[in-house]
Amino acid sequence: MSVWKYGDDINTDMLFPGKYTYTCATTDEILPHLMEDLDPEFAKNVHAGDFLFVGKNFGCGSSREQPALGLKAVGIAAVVAKSFSRIFYRAATNQGLLLVECPKAVDAYQEGDTVELEAERGTIRVGDRTFSFPELPERILAIRNAGGLLPYTFKLLEARSAGE
Amino acid sequence: MPNTFAEKILAHKARREHVAPGEIVTAKPDYMLTHDNTAAIITKVAAQLEQYGVERPDMHIIVLDHVVPAANEKSAANHKKIRAYVQRHNIPHFFDVGRGICHQVVMEEGFALPGKLLVGSDSHTCSYGALGAFATGIDRTEAAALLLTGETWFKVPKSYKITLKGKLQSPASAKDLILTLIGRMRADGADYRAVEFHGAVATLSMEDRMTIANMGVEMGAKIFVFPVDRLTREWLSGRGFGPDSYEPIWADVAATYEKELEVDLSEIEPVVALPHKVDNVHPVGEAVGQQVHQCLIGTCTNGRLSDLRAAAEILKGKKVAPGVRLLVLPASNEILQEAMAAGIASDLVAAGAVLLPVGCGPCLGAHQGVLAPGERCISTANRNFKGRMGCKEAEIVLASPATVAASALTGVITDPRQGAIS
Repeated sequence: MSVWKYGDDINTDMLFPGKYTYTCATTDEILPHLMEDLDPEFAKNVHAGDFLFVGKNFGCGSSREQPALGLKAVGIAAVVAKSFSRIFYRAATNQGLLLVECPKAVDAYQEGDTVELEAERGTIRVGDRTFSFPELPERILAIRNAGGLLPYTFKLLEARSAGE
Repeated sequence: MPNTFAEKILAHKARREHVAPGEIVTAKPDYMLTHDNTAAIITKVAAQLEQYGVERPDMHIIVLDHVVPAANEKSAANHKKIRAYVQRHNIPHFFDVGRGICHQVVMEEGFALPGKLLVGSDSHTCSYGALGAFATGIDRTEAAALLLTGETWFKVPKSYKITLKGKLQSPASAKDLILTLIGRMRADGADYRAVEFHGAVATLSMEDRMTIANMGVEMGAKIFVFPVDRLTREWLSGRGFGPDSYEPIWADVAATYEKELEVDLSEIEPVVALPHKVDNVHPVGEAVGQQVHQCLIGTCTNGRLSDLRAAAEILKGKKVAPGVRLLVLPASNEILQEAMAAGIASDLVAAGAVLLPVGCGPCLGAHQGVLAPGERCISTANRNFKGRMGCKEAEIVLASPATVAASALTGVITDPRQGAIS
């Protein structure tokens, strides 16, 4: 497990450059460019189970969803932030990517600390300290638990057409 | 119980008596906008669209504007795929290459009427608050699901109230006002908030309000919204939408806000947002003299007639400085026609401007006007993020049309008041 740490106001252009927005839509196309203008090492060295620890207003800017899709596809365990920008929050939820808003955990993290997440209990352990984060609203939880908005919607439609 | 604009409109759309901030409600948007990203959106749900169809075809507005005319085979194929979808599912509101930038088109075509609820798979969907609509950006996946269900969830936002007083003093403009506000409140200053404008709104033209609302997302806002007044009604009537075609909604006088602030318009001065954050705002004087290689006037922020006119007044009868590329990007075909009829377009072209097709391309580095390493562009667009115009080693400075035009003449960042003095 590695932790990738970045600062405040990381915008969607840094997470995924605008010049690729209309030519890259699938995960195979997105991954080589993920974080390209922020940290060229990220795409090369990221592993499933890694965490992002970031500052405030993470994902601000464009509504492009490639950052959320890419982070989910590489298997990021959770993005732990001081705060998230609104559209990114929704985009990530719709991909089933776990977002943890916990400024104290971000401040507590020191290089080399191990990080353990217990999503169901709403706690995150950073080094030897444990922090809790608030429970998600039911509607958002249901989308995430279904694996994202599309699986959630497909199930809904199947149930609806079966009921007719 | 007194309500804010956001509480009132979301209660209305969710068919509820009252909703409170933080609550999640389900509502059917009146319209949903998508653009070139429609291709990626419909691909996500291709099988389901065949099986279930589009739930509400008349909800879906499509405007091709981001990479127009197609820059390469891939974008051409995307456009073709979108046209086939429009045919297959009888999408009535489709605007092909050349009609304009999506947000301008949505407003010109009368979809963004007072009291309407709109979502769009583009972050600058918040522009329509200029006309008293509740309008906000969503991601592609949300848009794909909306095609199948026709409805989605909204979290009721907390609200801020900004009360304006005084009047802008030219050449200070609406762009200088919104940049100043973002500089003060920071890029996350209104994250997930609805921001209402009160007070001396009548001193701002409809185009000013569009520029301001367009940049709401740059301080994190879910929506920016202006009240409907005489100017709004006149603007809409001029486009064929009389008062019978909409029902304005506005906050109750006694509504309570999480934050209230007052802004004196007469104190606003020309400013620039320096690289690489929109909230890195400084008086233009602090940047005066920095070399510029490219100047961009236009986009969904400042590509309207009054913006082009402000630039033409400065550039008329003069020439762009050697070594400077001036790009002009009108926001719509209608605006371009008006600029041609008024002689504005020819004044700009005579000064050496490159007139680009109506669309978005250079603003996001997707198409045309890409920068080289070490270059600096002064632009009337809404974002100066690193890499935004296609090159991470280039710099973007945001400013008003007057400041960009004045800088194009000198080849360095220039205070638009300098011209007036000399």
